[in-house]
Amino acid sequence: MIAAILSLTLLGIALGFGLGFAAKKFAVEVDANVAEIEALMPGTNCGQCGFPGCSGAAAALASGTASPTVCPPGGKALIQALAAKLGVSVDLSGVADEGPKIAAVQEEICIGCCRCLKDCPTDAIVGAAKQIHAVMREACTGCEACVDRCPTGAITMDPVPMTLQHWVWPKPLSEGAKAWA
Amino acid sequence: MGLMEKIFALLEHGPGEHWGVHPDDRKRPAADAPVRILPLPERLHVPLQQHIGAAARPIVLVGQKVLKGQLLAEAQGVTSANIHASTSGTITAIGEITAPHPSGLPCAAITITADGEDRWIETEPAVDPFSLAPKDIAARIAAAGVVGLGGATFPSALKLGLGLRAKIHTLILNGGECEPYLSCDDRLMRDFAAEIVDGVRIMLHATGAQKAQIGIEDNKPEAIAAMTTAARKYAEITVCPVPARYPMGSEKHLFSALTGQEVPADGRTTDLGALVHNVGTAWAVHEALRNNRPLVERIVTVNGSAIAFPGNIRVPVGALVEDVLAYASLKEEPARLVMGGPMMGSLLPHTRVPVVKGSSGILALTAAEAAAYDPGPCIRCSSCVRACPVGLLPLEMSARIATSDLNGAVDLGLKDCIACGCCSFVCPSHIPLVHYFNHAKGELAAQGRTQLRNEAAKRLAVARAERIERDTREKAEAAARRKAERMAQKAAEAAAAAAAGNTTASEVTT
Repeated sequence: MIAAILSLTLLGIALGFGLGFAAKKFAVEVDANVAEIEALMPGTNCGQCGFPGCSGAAAALASGTASPTVCPPGGKALIQALAAKLGVSVDLSGVADEGPKIAAVQEEICIGCCRCLKDCPTDAIVGAAKQIHAVMREACTGCEACVDRCPTGAITMDPVPMTLQHWVWPKPLSEGAKAWA
Repeated sequence: MGLMEKIFALLEHGPGEHWGVHPDDRKRPAADAPVRILPLPERLHVPLQQHIGAAARPIVLVGQKVLKGQLLAEAQGVTSANIHASTSGTITAIGEITAPHPSGLPCAAITITADGEDRWIETEPAVDPFSLAPKDIAARIAAAGVVGLGGATFPSALKLGLGLRAKIHTLILNGGECEPYLSCDDRLMRDFAAEIVDGVRIMLHATGAQKAQIGIEDNKPEAIAAMTTAARKYAEITVCPVPARYPMGSEKHLFSALTGQEVPADGRTTDLGALVHNVGTAWAVHEALRNNRPLVERIVTVNGSAIAFPGNIRVPVGALVEDVLAYASLKEEPARLVMGGPMMGSLLPHTRVPVVKGSSGILALTAAEAAAYDPGPCIRCSSCVRACPVGLLPLEMSARIATSDLNGAVDLGLKDCIACGCCSFVCPSHIPLVHYFNHAKGELAAQGRTQLRNEAAKRLAVARAERIERDTREKAEAAARRKAERMAQKAAEAAAAAAAGNTTASEVTT
C-alpha cells in the first residue's frame, strides 16, 4: 500500500517537472505582431483566405507572404487597417470590390438538415430539424462556409442590394463616375 | 482700396468675412409670378421616407379609400416622421418608385389614385396653441409630419424639443434662400407673411425662446417688406435683412451673420442659445396647429431656361416631376434636370420622380446653363480656399482624396465641409471638388459601417466559440456525473448484497 502511494507520488512529481520543463523548453512563441494583426481580423475563422483561420492569415501577413487584401469579408476598411499596421501602401482602387455578398436559403429546396447551422461561424443561420432554415442578413459575413455543406445546394450567395442608405458617390474621374455622368 | 487698407480690414474683421460666392441669382421673373396651383394629377406616389431618419411604416392597405390628410404611414422610432395622404382617393399600390436622389435608386412609396374630390379628412376643431404645453405642441407638430423644409428635412418636433432642452434664448428663422433660381421661400414670405409670423409665435412658445429673428437676404425686398409688416405687432419678432451671399442659408452662417458669433466646428447653434428653422417650417407649424392640417403640399419653384412659364407652383407631395413639368411647359428638352437648387440639389435620372416634403425646386436647365467642362489640373490659385465658407483647403483635400488618402483629408477638416459647392463653383480648372468631398464622406461612412459589422461578427464568433466550449464541458460533466452515479449505484448494490450475505451468514450462525 505505502509502496504504491510512494511510487505514484514520485511518478507524479517527476512527470510534473518533466511537463514544466517541456513547456518552457518547447514553448511556441506567439509573435506579438501576429497577435496584434489577428486582433484586427474578423475572427470568424471562415477560411476564405486559404489559411487555417484568422491566426494563420495573421501569421502569413506578418511574414509578408500574404497581401493586406487577403480577407474578403473584412472589406476595404480591413485592407486599410492592415496596410497601416504593416506599413505598406495598397492601391484600393485596384481592389475589385464587387460588393459584399451574403448567403440566402432557397426555401423550396431546403430539407431542414441543420448541417449549415453547425458550420456558420457567426450563428447567422437559424432553423431546426425538418424546418426550413433562414439566414439572418445582419449577422451573415458572407464567408461561404455553409455553401458546400448543403446537400441540396439550397444556399446561394447573393449580392447585398444597393440601397439609398448605402449608396456612395463614385470617385470623380474614375470609371464609375464616367459611367454615371 | 489700397493694400494696407485691405490688410487692416483683414485684421479687423478676420478672414471669416470673405467666405462664400456671389452667383448670378436668376430668381426673377419666376419669383415675381403669383403662385399657381398644380391641377391634381391622376396618381400620387408618396414616398415613405421623406425625412432624415427611419422610413415610416404603412398603416393602410391596397384598395383602401383614404381622405386628404389621412395618416398613411407611421413614424418609426424617435427620428422619423408621419406621412399623410396628399389627396383623397384609393390606395392602388404600395411599391417602389425612383427616389429624388442622385443614385436613381428606388424607394418605397404608396400610390394613391385620386378621386378628384380632394376632400379633407374631418378633424376636431383646432385649440388655441398658446393654451397648450410646449410638449403638446411638439406632439401635434410630430403628428402632422412636419419636417424642416429648408432641405435637410429633419423632423421639426424633435428639433423644437432639442431647443427646449438646450434652453435657447433666440429662435432664428431662415429666410436666406441663397441658392440661385429658387424663390419658394421668397414667395411664401410674400404671400403668407401673417401665417409665418403666427407659426413663429407658436414655435417661440414651444421652445421657450424669448425672441425671434427672421433673417432674409437683401435681394428679396418684397419679402422683407411683407414680413416686417406682419411682424410689426410683435416686439419679440424682428426681421433682419442680411447681405445676399451664397451660402447664407447655411444655418451656421446665417447665425453668424445675425449674431456676430461663430459656431464651433463640432458644435451646434443650440450650444450658443439659438435654434434655426426655415420659414417654410414656420408656415407648416401654423397649418398644423391652427388648421389641424398635416404637411401634404408645398410650394415648389419651377425654373430654368428650358421652362416656358417659370414660377412657383403649389404641389401635393407625391406628384411626379413630369406632371409639374407638363403644367409649367417645357420650351425645349432640358440638358439637365435638378431637384433643389443648382448648387446643392440632386440630379434627377428621369422625370418619373415624386416631389417630396423637402423639394424646394425643379430646375430644367438648358445645355448653355448646365455647361459641363472637362476638369484640368489644379493651378493652385487658391480661389477655392477664399470661397470656402468653413475655412478649409479644398485643393489640398481633393488632392488627398484623389490618391485615396481619406484620412489625410479628414485631418484637413473634411468632416466640417458642408458640401455647399462654392469651391467647385469658383474653380477655374473646373475640378469637381465638392464631388470629391461627397465621395470621400460616403466612403468613410461605408468604411465605418463595415467596421461596425466586422466587430459585431467578431462578437458573434466569440460567443459561438464560448457556447461550443460550454456545451462540450457540460456534456463531459454530465457524462462524468452519470458515470459516478452508476458507480455509486453499483457500490450500493454490492454493499447491499454484502450486507445481505452477512445477514444470511449471521442468521446461519445463530
